[in-house]
Amino acid sequence: MVKKKECVAMLLAGGQGSRLYALTTKTAKPAVSFGGKYRIIDFPLSNCVNSGVDTVGVLTQYQPLVLNEYIGNGLPWDLDRTWGGVKILPPYQGNTRSDWYRGTANAIYQNLEFINRYDPDYVLILSGDHIYKMDYSKMLAYHKETGADCTIAVLDVPIEEASRFGIMSVDASNRITKFEEKPKNPESTKASMGIYIFSKDKLEQQLIADENNPDSSNDFGKNIIPAMLAAGDKMYAYEFDGYWKDVGTISSLWEANMDLLGARPELALNDEDWRIFARHYAASPQYVGEDAKIENSIITEGCEIEGTVINSVLGSGVHVCRGAIVRDSVLMGDTVVSEGATVNYSIVDTECKIGAGACIGAAKGIASGIAVLGRGVKLESGARIAAGEMVSAE
Amino acid sequence: MTVAGLIFSNIHDSALPELTRMRTIASVPFGCKYRLIDFPLSNMVNSGINKVGIVTHYNYQSLLDHIGTGKDWDLARRSGGIKILPPFITAYDNAAANKLYNTRLEALLGVMNFIRRCNEDYIVMSDCDIICNIDIADVLDKHVAQGADITIATKRIAPKSYSLSNENEVIITDSDGNIKDITEYTATEDEIDISMNVIVIKRVLLENLLLDAAAHGFNSFYRDIVGRNIGKLNIKVYRYDGYYSLVGSLESYFHASMKLLRPEARAGLFSISNRPVYTKVRNTPPAKYIDGSKVSNSLVADGCVIEGRVENSILFRGVKVGRGTVVKNSILMQDTYVGNDVKLNCVISDKNVMIKDGRELSGHESMPFFLGKGVKI
Repeated sequence: MVKKKECVAMLLAGGQGSRLYALTTKTAKPAVSFGGKYRIIDFPLSNCVNSGVDTVGVLTQYQPLVLNEYIGNGLPWDLDRTWGGVKILPPYQGNTRSDWYRGTANAIYQNLEFINRYDPDYVLILSGDHIYKMDYSKMLAYHKETGADCTIAVLDVPIEEASRFGIMSVDASNRITKFEEKPKNPESTKASMGIYIFSKDKLEQQLIADENNPDSSNDFGKNIIPAMLAAGDKMYAYEFDGYWKDVGTISSLWEANMDLLGARPELALNDEDWRIFARHYAASPQYVGEDAKIENSIITEGCEIEGTVINSVLGSGVHVCRGAIVRDSVLMGDTVVSEGATVNYSIVDTECKIGAGACIGAAKGIASGIAVLGRGVKLESGARIAAGEMVSAE
Repeated sequence: MTVAGLIFSNIHDSALPELTRMRTIASVPFGCKYRLIDFPLSNMVNSGINKVGIVTHYNYQSLLDHIGTGKDWDLARRSGGIKILPPFITAYDNAAANKLYNTRLEALLGVMNFIRRCNEDYIVMSDCDIICNIDIADVLDKHVAQGADITIATKRIAPKSYSLSNENEVIITDSDGNIKDITEYTATEDEIDISMNVIVIKRVLLENLLLDAAAHGFNSFYRDIVGRNIGKLNIKVYRYDGYYSLVGSLESYFHASMKLLRPEARAGLFSISNRPVYTKVRNTPPAKYIDGSKVSNSLVADGCVIEGRVENSILFRGVKVGRGTVVKNSILMQDTYVGNDVKLNCVISDKNVMIKDGRELSGHESMPFFLGKGVKI
């Protein structure tokens, strides 16, 4: 059996995603629904498969049930392989020590054994909270070409937003000269996308050193990258210029969903050459009723639309009853919007019921915030949920 | 009690020549994203059957492509799962074995080895021309409880609503559900009990009956196996009263498709809890409605992009409807491309059809306008 894999991907999926509030009380962020039929993690997983990376370790920690179930044996992404494929890597009890994942670097450190089973030359580090389509094989080719120890994918961002990101300063050859996490006065507009390729031996050596440093918080951005820069390691920025969005907040998640709408969206999902794979659950065809009105929206199988849907993204199994209006909203699935109910500028998680005549969210605009209903929220008839309000089932 | 399934993928091909020119009736696209075999196959899987033999005849490439390993029906198994049973023809001149089967009975004789090698107690057979959501486990329970040797599921129908032919068997029973006679369908206005060709039989009994039929040179399952044993074996009906459609011609294909727009189809076919209809996953993004679209009373599959008007229609995966276009009472199969300012009424387009800007096509409910696979107009 061929055991060697040139490149192994490690997908950091253990974060709580606390800024998504009610959407992540029971679900890890990478398992949050996106774009009707997808989950956030479908994007990095599909990117891996489409880039020829067939071995992916998914590091889980926070609320892993839904995520574990979703990934299963990796079949939807063609990652059910005889050797390699997708593997869930939870924190574990060891002979000498047992620990939660204390930081991104520590999580990888604790799984060096997993990585070494495949004897890879390169390790691709990904996170489970970004929406983008990217060919990692091109980044890997660049990494080999420059002979780098570490390559970091960067995106050009507007200078006024640069202080929200980790910013790289580079020289003429794109070699990284300086890295600053959320700088007040950014020197460059090259923002880290949280995607790294390391030469494996270098990574292992760095992780061991970092683990032996009691003052380290065991984080790639805070510790590993600065330490490598300080040591003069060869680090290059790989420029990416496609669509990329961090969906770590309610408003960015809402915006990213809205970015899918329109005839020529920034992020096209119907790209035959770069398909985004997702797990399917045998939903029936979507039915659009006699008096339905649908404008500029994305609607998934299993929906039944009798009312009005405008500028919205609907996941599988949403029923919009007669006289109900859904506008500028994201309904993740299996939700009933009863007669005469209105949903505006909202994100509604799965399995909710919105009673007749209930009214959710702002009448106009996102200035006062997106209303959020957590999973399984049942709203009485005539209920009122204000703009920006968050409701959880418990 | 263990059961294996047997699905006939080609019987009734001749009923639908337009759609079966390049495929089996089993792989005829139906209802937005399904193929006809998805219904019997899902019925079996939902009843706990995990070994299904699919009897093929000819033209079965599209069927193999659809079924794949069977994983989308949870039938990619180490033991059991999907078994494709292609026609068995030897290279030697042996008259009987060298002929492709013509009848259900000959098809069964051709898969004798599969039947013999099963270790399941029962065999459930099904065809692919009926769209229903039948609880086969219940058929089997009643079969066992009544001590039946053969059970045939029937549906009471008014013949005028369906395209029946003499290939449909009418079942005549006494008040206890014992089968008294089987006849070919002849035109009538009265309600009749039509065979659904869902048949339960003990495997060993089937084997014996087939050996006997082979020895006697019989060739009709209903006439020779069922008919000759009335009074000798305990042959029962199972009266199914759920959702039912029959595809017996292009016209009835059209009507069976349009029937899916009624609420009873969603309730009786697609939304029975724990009895979903499975199909091959294609990973297309959700349907997209662009400004200017207006859709009413229609079924829309994932992957569609709609800019025009769609009424009383069924759009399969990946259908594009351009600006200013009006699609009415039509069935557009996978990846049909409809340009701008097109008018369609009562049109059935097979896969990958391209209808260019400004075209106007109209058929009639009784004679839908059919565009074959890959046609560009």
